[in-house]
Amino acid sequence: MEINATQHPMDKYLRADRIPHIWCPGCGLGIVLNAFLRAIDELKIDLDKLAVVSGIGCTGRIAGYINTDSYHTTHGRAIPFATGLKLANPEMKVVVISGDGDLFAIGGNHFIHAARRNIDITVIGVNNYNYGMTGGQLGPTTPLGARTTTSPYGNIEHPFNLCHVAHAAGAVYVARWTVLHAVRLKNSIKEALQKKGFSFIEVIAACPTTYGRRNKMPDALDEMRFYREHSVIKHGIDPAEANIEIGKEIIVGKFVDIEKPTFNDAVEELKRKVKKK
Amino acid sequence: MERSEIKFWNGSIAVAEGALAAGCRFFAGYPITPASDIAEYMALRLPQEGGVFIQMEDEIASIAALIGASWGGAKAMTSTSGPGFSLMQENVGLAAITETPLVIAEVQRAGPSTGMPTLVGQGDVMQTRWGSHGDYETIVISPSSPQESFDLIIRAFNLAELYRVPVIFLTDECVAHMYERVVVPPKEEIEAVERLKPNVPPEEYMPFKPINDIAPMATAGMGYKVHVTGLTHNEKGYPMTTSPEVQEWMVRHICDKIRRNEYKMRDIEEYRMEDAEIAVVAFGIVGRSAKAAVKMARRHRIKAGLIRLKTIWPFPESYFESLADDIKKFIVAEINYGQVKLEVERSVHGKASVELLPKFGGAVHQPSEIYEKIKEVKNGN
Ligand code: SF4
Repeated sequence: MEINATQHPMDKYLRADRIPHIWCPGCGLGIVLNAFLRAIDELKIDLDKLAVVSGIGCTGRIAGYINTDSYHTTHGRAIPFATGLKLANPEMKVVVISGDGDLFAIGGNHFIHAARRNIDITVIGVNNYNYGMTGGQLGPTTPLGARTTTSPYGNIEHPFNLCHVAHAAGAVYVARWTVLHAVRLKNSIKEALQKKGFSFIEVIAACPTTYGRRNKMPDALDEMRFYREHSVIKHGIDPAEANIEIGKEIIVGKFVDIEKPTFNDAVEELKRKVKKK
Repeated sequence: MERSEIKFWNGSIAVAEGALAAGCRFFAGYPITPASDIAEYMALRLPQEGGVFIQMEDEIASIAALIGASWGGAKAMTSTSGPGFSLMQENVGLAAITETPLVIAEVQRAGPSTGMPTLVGQGDVMQTRWGSHGDYETIVISPSSPQESFDLIIRAFNLAELYRVPVIFLTDECVAHMYERVVVPPKEEIEAVERLKPNVPPEEYMPFKPINDIAPMATAGMGYKVHVTGLTHNEKGYPMTTSPEVQEWMVRHICDKIRRNEYKMRDIEEYRMEDAEIAVVAFGIVGRSAKAAVKMARRHRIKAGLIRLKTIWPFPESYFESLADDIKKFIVAEINYGQVKLEVERSVHGKASVELLPKFGGAVHQPSEIYEKIKEVKNGN
């Protein structure tokens, strides 16, 4: 059967020759990608001056689908790569899109230090509570008690509250949304992209294949329904109060939006000050 | 016309100034003895030259930042020592597979592990070649003096740009701390190679399709919208993770672009080799003791010569192979328990004897020790 597909409005931002993507049916990553593309579309960002950097994992594949300069690095190292890229080429808008394990376990050290320095990049961290690509292992954000392949009796570790980590480390913009909040997520990405300094958006995303089915949400719609019934928007609250626990409400919203000099500005200023005549 | 300047520099300053002269404008590093001097000097000098210095949170971050900066269009360098270099290995592999030019100044101390942080070693030779997983090639250059630290770091940057490859500048604690006269030629006499850029429209551009061994490199913001991945990829840069054919093509390419051109990178100092019967092979700081030892031997009418490797990898196999037609006795003096020795042995194909004169770290061979070994080998003991 011949499918007569019409053009999707976001097609121009995708590498058509790389589609179809590798993600499972019901995966939240498509919504994240879509929200990101709509954000750059609405902001009319010059695609030649946009770089997307990813680490490893299901989310890490996002870089490969977007038609910009795109860099798929090693596990955990997207942020230091992005740091080098942005410092060497300040004209570029540099966005890191990666998963919770990549950014906060193996790459956790890089995350906190980039936030501390206030490197002028945007980080979109997709949190699906587990390592999807490798088969559903326990991650740094897996809620207490949740079942994964490496916590078969239920998780006994305390998870990170990513927004709290980002805030404590010094990020100037911190927000959390679920993939149910597609429009709010897109608007938040727009804000973050226009923000000078280290901005962070956590996106809670469904992973029915490896997380959902072990945690009584085998269908993607189960997770979406859960987000609808359990998320509450609380803008401006202290992210420390937005922990994620099984069965409890998910607090979403924009938590932090402050101004602070960036590392990049400081570097330019230093160059001007000490330049050899 | 400007004249050469005479400086009194140690090997670390010479590396840093040489890097700046080569066009290095990005440095990311993490403190480690005995390599911190290079980072400190770069922190001072780079902003003056309009460049960027950043101290990262660890060595993995440092090399990741270098790869990012290189794709951002900058010539980039870091400095480290053995333990830090061990941490970098993951991204050495990323630089190799993504064909990213960058330079790592590795100031060797004695290992393994924390070993002897303040004292000399040469035990990282094999790590520079085989440190990351999988098949790849690097270029490794080793200086014996501050002057060579200046001259050869420029060569290191040029080779990195020319071959799109990570180059390791394998110096050591002694050369890095030693002060000597350094002649700095006028700017216009310093040749700094710039990387090849594409000149085709974006839709025709293949970021990993070699033209005469090397693909032109489009960096961020040039409008080519390149996809770069650490996965096995085709000429377009797209992941091809289930094709043994693409894997073969890619691995052959990243290895053969170096192997095929070994003779162009070959850099060897020969001293009294014209009629030598015994050849002492050395590199880095040991090259100097070895030269003194050869002089001693010659005073005692022993026909000894020196082969000092300035380029260690790719290893000059064919050079040693043909040399072994005439020279039957090789001594390899190095501050490790036998690394370059293995390569010499492999290269002579059994046509000559190869003996190791090791030091284990913390001290350099005395010329007299090498001389004694020459006598011993001559007398056939
Ligand atoms: S494993 Fe989970 S995160 Fe990965 S593609 Fe499938 S649903 Fe998405």
